[in-house]
Amino acid sequence: MTTLAAPPSARKRPPAAGTTPGTAQGPPRPRRTALLPTAVLALGALYCLLPVAWVLVASTKSGTELFSTFSFLPGTGFTGNVTDLSAHRDGVYWQWMANSLLYAGLGAVLSTAVSACAGYALAMYRFRGRETVFHVILAGVLVPPVILAIPQYLLMAEAGMADTRLSVLLPLILSPYGVYLGRIYARAAIPAELIEAGRMDGAGEGRIFLRIAVPMMAPGLVTIFLFQFVAIWNNFLLPYIMLGDDTKFPMTVGLFTLLAQGSNTPALYTLVITGALLAIAPLIALFLVIQRFWSLDLLSGAVKS
Amino acid sequence: MTTNHRAARRRGTAYGVKAAPYGFLAPAVVLFALFFALPIGYALWLSLRKIEISGLGLGKGARQEVWAGLENYTATLTDAELGHGALRVLGYGAIVVPVMLGLALLFALLLDSERVRARSFSRLAIFLPYAIPGVIAALLWGFLYLPDVSPFHYALDRLGLPGPDLLDGGPLFLSLANIAVWGGTGFNMIVIYTSLRSIPAEVYEAAKLDGASPLQIALRVKIPMVAPSLVLTFFFSVIATLQVFSEPTTLKPLTNGVSTTWSPLMKVYNDAFVNGNIHAASATAVVLAAATFVLSFGLLRLANSRTAQGETR
Repeated sequence: MTTLAAPPSARKRPPAAGTTPGTAQGPPRPRRTALLPTAVLALGALYCLLPVAWVLVASTKSGTELFSTFSFLPGTGFTGNVTDLSAHRDGVYWQWMANSLLYAGLGAVLSTAVSACAGYALAMYRFRGRETVFHVILAGVLVPPVILAIPQYLLMAEAGMADTRLSVLLPLILSPYGVYLGRIYARAAIPAELIEAGRMDGAGEGRIFLRIAVPMMAPGLVTIFLFQFVAIWNNFLLPYIMLGDDTKFPMTVGLFTLLAQGSNTPALYTLVITGALLAIAPLIALFLVIQRFWSLDLLSGAVKS
Repeated sequence: MTTNHRAARRRGTAYGVKAAPYGFLAPAVVLFALFFALPIGYALWLSLRKIEISGLGLGKGARQEVWAGLENYTATLTDAELGHGALRVLGYGAIVVPVMLGLALLFALLLDSERVRARSFSRLAIFLPYAIPGVIAALLWGFLYLPDVSPFHYALDRLGLPGPDLLDGGPLFLSLANIAVWGGTGFNMIVIYTSLRSIPAEVYEAAKLDGASPLQIALRVKIPMVAPSLVLTFFFSVIATLQVFSEPTTLKPLTNGVSTTWSPLMKVYNDAFVNGNIHAASATAVVLAAATFVLSFGLLRLANSRTAQGETR
């Protein structure tokens, strides 16, 4: 790739995290910034930030400003928009936020617990049918949600549980990918000798799992939690099918219905936009905070040796 | 469970050890049976049934569920609207998958390159859309496509050019594809980047000593070595793309260009919950799942045989 001389200002900057110290101005062979690749990557970053930057600006616009002023020109109506949004149908928006947090938070906690137990059993024990169980559960990754969603709804209706919070929570607890990750992390993080030592000391299997295995699997468990939290937070199809009462909607279904009503009453558009901003803020904050002590790489099952 | 543990401790035998894995697996297995196996079986059963209406369909017993054999499947396979939906989604997928994975690979290679600046910032920024639900992504882009709101239309208007309708006809495909690319590139980039970083340094050192340029190293060494993760991301991207639902559904209120049956999955939803024909919808869902399996595994096999050939050469 083309290499151009870095501008002096770029050289004065300390080396970016992850580069070998001294690469910026190391005396023997100064490594220069590769401008074109840096620009391409920055362009990619810009593209990904564009809609987020827009919603940040657009949420400050009043209804008339939204359709009349330039897209990235801030408006004057942010507090008004938030007040209107909170007042809309007695604050149903905040109910959606609370529901999303409940579904994603509780769902991810339960999912992590189930994945940790199953992954630990599949990694640390030898027993009949182990590989069969593992492969059957893993095949669940391939099952399209559509083939599950309709019968899940009908079965929930049969059990008298359609349109309840449980009908959205329960089907998402088992995550085949979570079990798969759980097995990988358990295998990589827990030395078999430690388990044996625990048994020698007379500890029961449950105690060994809780006291020895879980702490060692912790970084992996955080990953499973985050993965499931995002998956449930982002889910639309299942709650869209299961729920009819809008006080039980998660954020995704709630904003969708608000947008659908907006096609008749464009005044709702400013509410949708403000709602979208407030809905993405918690997850962005979560990732910004968590990336300090948690690595994105863990998400793809990478395990440091 | 506690009794098992106590027993094991008392006797010091392997009884607890033998029973424990089944205990640990029980929650996963029960949930799998209830929310995967049972619904799949029920969908298959429903797809083979139909409602028979006698007389005017009024009164008790006028609507009866009876065996339909493969009737629902014949109807699904000969449904013209479903065929159109399948073609639309294949066209959409033909844009999304190569562009998304191409960008993911490019960004991953750039992140792995030593002399590129601001890498951690770019990595986080490109990953960011992963945390944004598809519905909200479609909603944000949907507004950016609306002529009265869009910065693109604003710029074109200033230049005295007519703005294209981004929410209808051919451009609609690109608009929808853009939402998927925007949302999916970051996650795939991380998967590929992780696999790049696990390549031992000695592999590059040899190439560097031979005087290979960074571009040559990327093409000849790095890409072949991350081929397995490329195949994996490709496989999951195809599956996800064929099931597109939330994004076109979200754009629907903003345009007449998206019909209620735009994607096959939208047709399934429409059949089941708008037309109330769960039997036809189940058959379509089963066909859709089967087609997804065949297509994704077919492509996977093709990709694997290519990779295998590359290795033997």
